[in-house]
Amino acid sequence: MIFSYEIILLLLLLITAAGAIMVKDLMSSVLLLGSYSFFLALVWAWTGAVDVAFVEAVVGAGLATVLFLLTLFRTAPKDTRLRRPLPSLITLIVFPLVGVLLLYAASDLPGYGDPNSPASVHVSPTYLEQSYQDSHTLNVVTSVLMDYRSLDTMVETVVIFASGIACALLLRRHG
Amino acid sequence: MVDAILAVLQRPSFLTFVILFLWGFYIMVTRYNLVKKLIGMYLVQTSVIFFLVSISVKKGATVPVLLSTTDPVIAASYANPLPHVLTLTAIVVGVATTGVGLALCAAIYQKYGSLDEQEILERLE
Repeated sequence: MIFSYEIILLLLLLITAAGAIMVKDLMSSVLLLGSYSFFLALVWAWTGAVDVAFVEAVVGAGLATVLFLLTLFRTAPKDTRLRRPLPSLITLIVFPLVGVLLLYAASDLPGYGDPNSPASVHVSPTYLEQSYQDSHTLNVVTSVLMDYRSLDTMVETVVIFASGIACALLLRRHG
Repeated sequence: MVDAILAVLQRPSFLTFVILFLWGFYIMVTRYNLVKKLIGMYLVQTSVIFFLVSISVKKGATVPVLLSTTDPVIAASYANPLPHVLTLTAIVVGVATTGVGLALCAAIYQKYGSLDEQEILERLE
């Protein structure tokens, strides 16, 4: 019942994330983060979310890595503080507590891959059944993104525009 | 207790989500380097998106692209498309906010000559 390929991919995901966190050299850390994004895209393609996998491979692994690298070329590529003081007591108490609570809540989640989970039975079948009549697009994700929720997508581009303006204003003085 | 552990082991993607989320958050809180903090933030963002996408999985279902235009659609044979749509937006917005954070890092470095939080605080005084 447990899917072996998926376990391997999840392990690779965790290993690359651990590498990105632990490596002292920020340049290799960023490159490991890019490979983490690619493994994430692979996991999503495996679980049937192909559109999300495309976007993660292009935007997450491509664009985010390029942005991180551009920043590092302008700044210091080393995490200079080698010795880290012990984290505060609150951190040491709160983080394991949150972790245990999250894992305890797992038994109330619907089972993995359950076709009758609440997320999959409410409005989602209606979208799947009606989208071809409504928009004549075979890809349901596209028809929801571009037809049913097109205003949402438009305002998303406004957010990207605003962040582009913010970057331009922040970096303007020094060229 | 045993039931809770078994429930976690049956949901490996949820366990991965919890590890990535908490580890990234911990990095955001404890590390001094600003780029390292942003790496932690990126891990938190992607882990939440990962959790949302893992909700949409249906066993034995294919990708949400219709196979036929004439047959009636059986919803159980396609993955749930709605979490995919919402996370597409979230990925792009997340990378945009990370870009603003990195631009802030570059501006801070040009003003204070360091990315280390403690050194910046010393130079501010």
